[in-house]
This record gives sequence, C-alpha cells and structure tokens, in this order.
Amino acid sequence: MRYFDYIQPENIKQASESAGRDWRKALLYAGGTDLLGLIKNEVESPAALINLKAIPGLNGIEYSEREGLTIGALVKLSQLSAHEVVREKYSVLEQALKETASPQLRNMGTIGGNLCQRPRCWYFRGDFHCLRKGGDICYAVDGENKYHCVIGGGPCFIVHPSDPAVALLTLDAGVTIASAKGTKRVALKDFFVLPEDDIYRENILQPGEIVTHIHVPPVSEKTVSGYIKFRERGAWDFAVVSVAATLRINGDTIIDGKAAFGGVAPKPWQEEKINQKLKGLSVKPGNFESLSAEVLKEAEPLNQNAFKLPLVRNLLKRLLVQLTAS
Amino acid sequence: MKKKSVSSSLSRRQFLKGFGSGVAGSVALNKIASALPLQKTLEKAANDANRTPLNLSVNGKTYRLSVEPNRTLAEVIREDLQLTGTKVVCNHGECGACTVLLDGEAVYSCHILALDAEGKSVTTIEGLLGGEELHPLQKAFVKKDGIQCGFCTPGQIMAAQALLLKNPRPAKEDVLEGMSGNLCRCGAYPKIIESVLEAAKTD
Repeated sequence: MRYFDYIQPENIKQASESAGRDWRKALLYAGGTDLLGLIKNEVESPAALINLKAIPGLNGIEYSEREGLTIGALVKLSQLSAHEVVREKYSVLEQALKETASPQLRNMGTIGGNLCQRPRCWYFRGDFHCLRKGGDICYAVDGENKYHCVIGGGPCFIVHPSDPAVALLTLDAGVTIASAKGTKRVALKDFFVLPEDDIYRENILQPGEIVTHIHVPPVSEKTVSGYIKFRERGAWDFAVVSVAATLRINGDTIIDGKAAFGGVAPKPWQEEKINQKLKGLSVKPGNFESLSAEVLKEAEPLNQNAFKLPLVRNLLKRLLVQLTAS
Repeated sequence: MKKKSVSSSLSRRQFLKGFGSGVAGSVALNKIASALPLQKTLEKAANDANRTPLNLSVNGKTYRLSVEPNRTLAEVIREDLQLTGTKVVCNHGECGACTVLLDGEAVYSCHILALDAEGKSVTTIEGLLGGEELHPLQKAFVKKDGIQCGFCTPGQIMAAQALLLKNPRPAKEDVLEGMSGNLCRCGAYPKIIESVLEAAKTD
C-alpha cells in the first residue's frame, strides 16, 4: 500500500474537520475491510486515514421499547448479530448479518462501514477508468454485466453490495449523520443515491459527514421477518440477489409489511407499490404468486442479467410462504 | 548454482530465502538473506521519518515498535517480529491464510493495519505451541491428515482455535460455518473439518 498518514481524532468534531479538508484526501477509516481493499487496488489513494475507532460513544448497542435499537456505527457485524435483542426481535437483520462476508470479516467490519461500502463492480475495482472514477464510459454496458443492476441504473450500472442495508430498509431504519456543524437524522431509504443523482457516491454523505448511529424502530409482537440471499459460492460471497421482508401478521392477514431487494439496483431497492399491496393481503400462495410477479416490473436488464428477475420474484414468493407458514 | 556448505545452525527459513535468491542471481547465500531489494530499501528510508510508535502484544510478549501507518499487521508480524508462521497469500482479506486472533477473535492480519492492534492482544500460530509440545488442534490436524501442501494450515488452525474458544463442542455445521473464511487450494476441506471435530472431541 502507498504511504498515508494515520490521524487519531478524539471526537467526532475533530474527525469531521479532518475529513472535511478534502484537498488532503483524508478518508474515514473504521473496520477497514472495504477501504484497505480500495487502497490496495489503487481505487483510492488517500493522503491520510482518519481512524474512528478511538472515538468514544460509537461502540454500543442500546434497546428500549419506545426507541427500539440504537446501534453505534462502529459496532462489529459479529457483535451485532450476537446481540440478544437482535436475535429475538429482528430476525431479518440477524440473518442478513450472518450472511455477510466471512467470520473473520464480520469480526473486523463495522455496521456503519457496511452501509457506506463502495460497489464491487469489477470495472470499478479493476484497472478501468470508469464513470464512477471520473472517466467517461461505463464498461459494464457492453462488457461482462452478469452481476450488474437490472433497475435504477444509468449511466452507471453498479449494484449496492450491503446485505444489512436491505434488511434494515424493511425495518424502517434511520441513521444519524454528524459533522462539525451538528447532527441530523435521515431515513435509510433517503440515505442512498442513484447514479443519475450522483455518479461518484452511493449515499448522501458529504465530506466531513460521518454516520454515527443506526436506529431501528421497535417491532410489535406479531412481526415476523426474514432474509434470503442467493450467492454462487456456498461458503461466502456477495449477493447475486437477495430479498428481505418484515411483516406484521394477524391471523390469516398481513396487516402491513415491507419487502426490499439486494443485488438488483445501485441502491438497496424497495418498491412502494409492492409494500402497498402487502397491506391487508390474505395469506394464500396464489396471492404471493401474483404479488411477486409485480416485482421489478420496470426492470431493464443488461445482456447477461435478465436471470435476476425470475430469481428475485421466486425468492420473494418463497420468503413470504416461509414467513407466513406458522 | 555453486554448491555452498550450509551451516547447521542456519534455520530452514533462512536457507530457503538464500536458496530462492541464489537461483536467480547466484550471490553468496548468507548475504542475500538479509539484503533488501533496492526499491524496498529506498521506500524504507523515505518512510523512516513517518513512523508511529506501536506497542504490540503478540503471544503474551509486548514489543515496542515503530511502524509506518500503511503497514499491515501481517507484514509487521512476519518481517519485524520474524513470526513467519502467519502466511500471506491473497493479501486481500479473502483467503484466510493470514488469520490470527485479535483479543480472541479471528481476523485477517493482511487486511488490518498494524496500528489497529495497539492495546489488543494478538495470538499467532506460534502462540499455540507449549514449548515443543503441539497444541491439541495441531495434533488433530496431524492425526486426521488435515493438510496437503500445508500453506493454508496456520490460518486454518487459527480460525479453528477462534471457533473452539467460542464454541468448544461445535456440530459439523458450526465447523463448516466457522471455517468458511479460509480457502484451501489443495481442497483438503473434508479432512480439515474432521480435524477440527477431532480437536473438539479431545480438547
């Protein structure tokens, strides 16, 4: 790796001020599982890393029945999935966390970093001066695009790589963003951006802004949730596609519910129309069949990835059947 | 290559280092072992001014070091501490050969900075030995033949150690999951899993 300075801020204000001076190309550094890969591949060549790990207050997991979960951005993925409340009440999140990367990476990577990780597109990671790196062409359009997006793409066709983000969307999660100027809270669905809005970043964070906490509202007793990830390797891999759902059920009726999809779009994907249709839906396989057929109706697959459409629809159907079975 | 007599006190590693260079350049064996390639020497000199102090605790011993921020934990363990049991293969946090324990949890040492280990306790494969006595996991790998070429083995054993620390009596599924972050390109997986289960039985 090329040389960089290692800055140890004592608080968020100092970290934000260091990161805000973008002429130095100072990058936020937490678990490092994504950033060190980017540096090794020379996608990023920072002059300095700002180590967030010594900043107090970003490491805890708190739960109250009124507020739900408050998760410090530096909580490790393995720490979060092992938490009692996550295992008891937030199955979709637990499953997504356990499906993320390998045991070692889950001991290293943080939940904040997971939400802010860069795409895995091989042109972006490789030696291609692509759109996202300031070039003037997306190589995926005419290239190898089996793993690229089927919806929400253009002019760049990445997919967002996070598993927990897909789960958290169905839980109506939010994030606190802090900077030297203060803090703000943003719904997770408004945190991610499409290439048509900003080709150079995957979220709304501006230089100097730092995700400090993730908030997950409480869920009722009647809530069931789950996550299915389709990957090509049995051991560990990024999602080819994934489906998350959180449903509130009363008897044979879904009172309301949310579904979200990974591996299909440049951001973790939700469809308002599908969530509306889940509301009041009676639990019948036929209903799940017709609902799933409506998913990704606006998709425009690339040459090699139309297979993702039936895959996502069938996985949603399977997940709904599983969640409503008992 | 010229024949050279190799002193019996020379370690296997020093010998291999010299042998590798000798094939390429036929320079005296013992000299090349400590020489750095020019590019590395220049980089080192340029970086000397940019070092940061680091107290690194490895296998119960604390080392006072001074390292460049861009050096990984694996590099410092191998090059500065000469604990070469930890292997670097992909150098990308994907294959698991560099697995060490950081405060008892398995991590890829090639993919964290050495400075991140400040104040934490690192255990490498060398730390499992009790003097000359093999660790029960090492014995199990020998007994069950959980090795082919052996290069991934230190990482496999450290991943297994982390697993058994958390779950001393794992089911086969737990072992498959716990060992999923380690590749073996010989494909010795069935024997590796058997070895871990054997160690769990005898430990």
